[in-house]
Amino acid sequence: MFFFENRQIVTPGDLLAEGDYIAGNNTYKDGFRIYASRLGLVEYEGRTVQVVALNTVYIPSPGDQVIGKIEDLNVNGWVVDINSPYKAILRASDALNKPFRQQKDDLTSFLDIGDLILAKVLAFDRTIDPILTIKEPGLGKITQGQIVRVSPAKIPRIIGRKASMINMLKRETECKITIGQNGIILISGPSPEHERLAILAIEKIAQEAHTSGLTDRIAEMIRKEKSARL
Amino acid sequence: MSSIMISRIRQKQISQMIASGKRLDGRGLTDYRPIKIETGIIEKAEGSARVLMGRTEVVVGVKVELGEPFPDRPNEGVLTVNSEFVPLASPEFEAGPPSEESIELARVIDRGIRESQAIELEKLCLIPGKKVYVIFIDIYVLNHDGNLIDASALASLAALINTKIPVYVVENGEIKKTSEYMPLPMRNYPIAITFANISDKLVIDPWLEEEEIMNARLTITFDKDGRICAIQKGGQGALTPQQIIEAAYIAREKAEELRMLVVKN
Amino acid sequence: MSGKIRLIDENGLRVDGRKPNELRPIKMEVGILSNADGSAYIEQGKSKILAAVYGPREVHPRHLALPDRALLRCRYHMAPFSVEERKSPAPSRREIELSKVIKEALEPAVFLEKFPRTSIDIFIEVLQADGGTRCAGTTVAALALADAGIPMRDLVVACAAGKVDGVLVLDLNDLEDKEGEADLPVAYMPNLGLVSLLQMDGLLTIEEFKQALNLAIEGCKQIYKLQKEALKAKYIAIKEEVETCLQS
Repeated sequence: MFFFENRQIVTPGDLLAEGDYIAGNNTYKDGFRIYASRLGLVEYEGRTVQVVALNTVYIPSPGDQVIGKIEDLNVNGWVVDINSPYKAILRASDALNKPFRQQKDDLTSFLDIGDLILAKVLAFDRTIDPILTIKEPGLGKITQGQIVRVSPAKIPRIIGRKASMINMLKRETECKITIGQNGIILISGPSPEHERLAILAIEKIAQEAHTSGLTDRIAEMIRKEKSARL
Repeated sequence: MSSIMISRIRQKQISQMIASGKRLDGRGLTDYRPIKIETGIIEKAEGSARVLMGRTEVVVGVKVELGEPFPDRPNEGVLTVNSEFVPLASPEFEAGPPSEESIELARVIDRGIRESQAIELEKLCLIPGKKVYVIFIDIYVLNHDGNLIDASALASLAALINTKIPVYVVENGEIKKTSEYMPLPMRNYPIAITFANISDKLVIDPWLEEEEIMNARLTITFDKDGRICAIQKGGQGALTPQQIIEAAYIAREKAEELRMLVVKN
Repeated sequence: MSGKIRLIDENGLRVDGRKPNELRPIKMEVGILSNADGSAYIEQGKSKILAAVYGPREVHPRHLALPDRALLRCRYHMAPFSVEERKSPAPSRREIELSKVIKEALEPAVFLEKFPRTSIDIFIEVLQADGGTRCAGTTVAALALADAGIPMRDLVVACAAGKVDGVLVLDLNDLEDKEGEADLPVAYMPNLGLVSLLQMDGLLTIEEFKQALNLAIEGCKQIYKLQKEALKAKYIAIKEEVETCLQS
């Protein structure tokens, strides 16, 4: 038995379903009852009951692409802020293409405090801090573009079903858009005006993430703004 | 609070026993540990008591001084309750400013005494608005093996009953101490009863290990007429309203029993 | 306690004109501080309280970190100008105790085990106090936690009941709290049916206590409805705006 309409807003503790169902994201199960654990939109899909949260905390997961800021150095690597409760570690061996010589090499000549990086989460569990790597094509120090921050909960909406939203954004704004699963997005376009347009669109998506018909509305907004600005 | 100090196997033993209606130390769910009360143990204090509740040991000293009344209560004596978790009482206690636990303890004891109007504070005024008796209750925990609240409440009550205050005379607005002493005027005798919620059962007088695995604590203080004069829920868990009401009835009976230990006749 | 002031008039109404079982007007708003991960504001009668949540985040100082769950910390604090006579900004013993009981009222609702080695910090600032601030502070802190996207078993909502001039009343104001015969603050998790904060001072028989507890829980259930509305309001407003735009 379901207690809400599909995509209705629910709050923590709301009883969502009773019976033989699977507790999906942002819900919890007590016996045969499934409750919401976060504020969000409830989704009933087959036997799964889940809540699409309106705000979440970023918890790293191996394989995630993230954007982070170098915050500190230690003996054999860097400490990186990835907008998560846990500080990430980037070991020199996961960053450099040659063996790291502790005595001779100056880490700051590769990455210094304040530098932004595009990285991938290599490992993380409850006991160890997340470990990053930048030793894959496309990863590494970020040298141009602008940053937008959104709640990590909004990232799936910005990507869209089968990447429909992000592809539309790239096409319409002519910007290169790189998404960090941690809610940090890098935008680099042919001009600051193009970038500003993309930022505007992303902020609107984040703000209206819980409404329907969003892709069309955003596309329309971009076209309108484009003719006014560019 | 679920603790990592106490092993999982021990946690399981304690909670399984309680689920079956018994306790690891052989007590029933609503039994106190052996209680021993001594009074007048500190000669320098106007009143004092030591309470042993199992291995929990608390000393309370009552000091009496003269001071100013509170501006909104010019005709009443002043009551102050303080508690110290001295480091010798437990490896968990540290020297330094009072912890939130020790502040909570003192405030719960204070509430029981104040709200039951145990001390006849209006009889402790010498010059209205200027000079009154100030009663300091200092709770000293000497060995922490759980249920500090009940042990401290009992020791505080025993110490108050034991207290003799110096008699003063007021002549031409001057206060003079006489050589006489009189018992602290008292009209009520509050008793605190504390439960721990373990395995969804309420057990009375938890010892330290039980406190470490309990999810919530409930203290209900009763006055001599069987009325509730203070309540405090503690711990990171929660209780059903039914559990709370049930606890109130049990506590009222237990309070009668405990009161007999300190209040003679 | 002397009952010099009449708290219930000949019509059975209270000093502020309320019926015994009536709440004060309540207003709540969510997401009002941009720096915080979650925030909320409440006005309950003349009490005005802000709450902010930071976290889960790295624990400072580090040795306080717990290996199996997040450390929940709470600071209830009153602004110096919140009361008639200026209050020293240094935390009083009362504030330290209330910080503890409010933390313990919220703790059972939060899935702390999901964020080991982190801290979740709750800051409650009473801007104006007119009674019932620990309860309103608990209600608003729960909103801030939900706003921060911290997973919770239930919301927590709090309300006091008490006894003034021999009558059991709901949601005491400052005067009723000070001059009345008893005050019973209660925090409740409505979906779980559990009480997570319970204190009392004054004198009540067990019968009166039972009634007062039920009255407080009924009050909590009423506030809970407002609390949920407040939580949803921000998103519903955007949704409605979008829908009206689409129609036009």
